[in-house]
Amino acid sequence: MQRSGLMQHKTFFWFFFPTATAMLLFIALPILSVVTQSLFTPHDQVFKIVESCGPFGCKQITSIDTEATDALKQARPLGQWSGLDVYLDRGHLAVSEVAAAWGASDSMGQFFKAIGNLPFYRAMSFTLTYTFVVTPLLIALGFMIALSVNSLHRHLKGLAIFFSLLPMIVTPLIGSLILFWMVDSRGVLGTGLQWLFSDPDLSLKASTSLTWVMLIVYGVWHSAPFAFVVFYAGLQTVPKETLESAMIDGATRWQQTRYVVIPHLMPLVTFVALIQLMDHFRVFEPIVGFNAEAHATSLSWIIFNDLGGETRLLSSASTTSVLTIIGVSILLSPVLVRTWRDFNAKG
Amino acid sequence: MSSKAFKQPASLRALSIGFMAFWLLLAAFPFLWTLWGSFKVELDFFSKADWTDALTGARTVAEKGTAFTGAGYEGAWVQEEFWRSVINTSIVCFCVVVTSLTIGTLGGYALSRSTYRYTFWLLIIALIFRAMPPITLVSGYLLPFFAWNLWGVLPTTIIVLVAINQPFTLWMLHSFFQKIPKELDESAKVDGCSQFQAFRHVIIPVMWPGVVTTGLFSFLLAYNDFAVTSMLLSKDNQTMVPKIASFLGTTQTEGNVMFAVASVVSATAPLFVLVMVFQRQIVSGLTAGAVKG
Repeated sequence: MQRSGLMQHKTFFWFFFPTATAMLLFIALPILSVVTQSLFTPHDQVFKIVESCGPFGCKQITSIDTEATDALKQARPLGQWSGLDVYLDRGHLAVSEVAAAWGASDSMGQFFKAIGNLPFYRAMSFTLTYTFVVTPLLIALGFMIALSVNSLHRHLKGLAIFFSLLPMIVTPLIGSLILFWMVDSRGVLGTGLQWLFSDPDLSLKASTSLTWVMLIVYGVWHSAPFAFVVFYAGLQTVPKETLESAMIDGATRWQQTRYVVIPHLMPLVTFVALIQLMDHFRVFEPIVGFNAEAHATSLSWIIFNDLGGETRLLSSASTTSVLTIIGVSILLSPVLVRTWRDFNAKG
Repeated sequence: MSSKAFKQPASLRALSIGFMAFWLLLAAFPFLWTLWGSFKVELDFFSKADWTDALTGARTVAEKGTAFTGAGYEGAWVQEEFWRSVINTSIVCFCVVVTSLTIGTLGGYALSRSTYRYTFWLLIIALIFRAMPPITLVSGYLLPFFAWNLWGVLPTTIIVLVAINQPFTLWMLHSFFQKIPKELDESAKVDGCSQFQAFRHVIIPVMWPGVVTTGLFSFLLAYNDFAVTSMLLSKDNQTMVPKIASFLGTTQTEGNVMFAVASVVSATAPLFVLVMVFQRQIVSGLTAGAVKG
C-alpha cells in the first residue's frame, strides 16, 4: 500500500522521456555547441600564388583559392582552434584596449569614456543600467497600481485589471513600436514634448540620454503589470485582524501600509525583483523596435546583430552568448539558493 | 473591504482614483491611438503641421475622400501578403501549444508523483534552462540546421519553441499537479490500474484548469517570440513578428510605414481577445509561481 504511491524509476523515465529529449536536444546541446564555437574562429582564406605570363614576362599573382578554402571549411566546419582569443579581442572583453585605456587615462571619468567606445562595454553599460533602473521603478509602480485597484469598487476592478494587463501581454516588439511611433518627433507624444519644452527641434531619437530614458520608460510600462498582478494577489491575503488592531492602536493609514502591508508583501517583492532582473538582463526587442542601436545596445542585440548580417559571425556571436549566459547565471544564483532553501524547508 | 474602519478619507480616495485614471490612460491610450491612426494616411498619423489631424483625419479626407481609410490594411494584407504570416503564426502557435502541453503534462505529472530526490534536480535544471535567453541558443542551432537542411522551415521552429517552452511548462504543471490529491491516482492503482491508466482515467479529467492556464502562456511565448523566429525562418515562412520587423527595414523609406501600423494593429487584436476571455486564468497563472514562495 505504502509503495504503490511511489512512482517507480522506470515509469518515471517513460513519462519524462519526451520532455527530457526536447530539452536535451534543443537547450543542453546548443549550450555546449555555443561554448565550443566560441573557442574557434573562421578559417583564413587560402591563398595561392599563380604565375601568369604575358607578353612582357612572367609575374606572380596571389589570389584566393576558393576550392581549397571550401575544402577546408567542409573538412572542419567549426573553423580553427583559437582558445580564448575571441573572448579577449576588441569586440568582446577587449583586454588590451582596456589596459591601454587604463594607462592613458588620468581620471576614472576619462577611463570609463574610453571603455564606453568598446562594443561589449557599451552594451554592458546599457544592459546593467536598464536592468537596475527598470526593476525598482516597476516594483514601485506595480505596488501603487495594486493599492489603487484594490480600493476600487468591485465592479470596476475587472475592467481596471483588463487594461492594466495589456502592456505586458502585447508582443514586446509591437509594444515598443507603438510607443516609438507616438514619441516620434511627428507623433502625438513627440509633438506634445516639443510643445512642453518649447523646443521645436526636440527629438528623443537624437540624444543618447533621452533614448535611454525612453527605453527605460518602455521597460517600466511593459513590466509593471506583472508586479501589479503579483502584489494585487498578495494584498488579498493581508491579515485583516492585524490591520484592525493596528488601527485601534492609532496607526495612521500610512503607518498601516508601512508596518503591516509592506512587510506582508516583502517575499513577493523579492520574487518579482529576482525574476525581473533576469528578464531585463536579456533586453533586446525594445532596441530593435525603438531603432535605438545608435545610442543603446545590449548583449542580446550584439548577438542578434552578429547573426543577422550577410556573413553570420558565428564564433563572435557564440562568444557574446557565453558571456551573456555567465551574466544570467550570476543573476540566477540567488533564485537557485532560494529554491534550494524552500525545498529543504518542505523536507 | 466592507468594514467601516477601512473607508478611505476623501483626499486619499481622490488621489487613488486620480492615479488609477492616469495609469489606465498610460496603459490603454497607446493602443487606442494606434488603432484610430491605422485608418488614416501617413501624413495624419505622423502630422507635423497639427496633431489634431490625427484625430480628424484632415489629410485622409483630402486624399481618400473619407475620414477613414483601409489603405494601410490593404497594403499590408494584400500587397505585402501579411496573410501568409498570419497563417504561419497560427500553425506555429497551434503546434507549439499542443505539443508542448502533451509532453509537458506527462513530464509535469511524473515530477509531481515521484518522491525521489532526482525530481528536485530536474526542476533545478529546468529553472536554469528557463533563465537562458533564447537568443543565446540560436548560434548553437545554425550550423547543424544548415548542415542537415532543416533551416528556414516551420517544423524546425516549432520544435525549438516547444523545447524552449518546456522548462516553464514543467514548473507550472508540476505545481498544478501537486494540488491534485495523490490519493486519487493511488487508489486507482490499488484497484489495479497501471500508472498510465491512472493518469488517463483519473487525472486527465480533472487537470484542465491548470492545462488551460499553462497553454495560455505557451501560446504567448510562441506568439510573441522574435529572436528565434526571425533567425530560424526563411523569408517565405516568416511569422507575424519578424514580418512586421521586416516592414520597418524596407517600407520606412518608401513612406509605407502605415503598412507596419496596420499589421501591428492586426497582430495585437487577437491578444486583446485573449486577455478578455482568459483574464482570470492569466492572473492566476502569473500569481501561481509567486504565492507558492
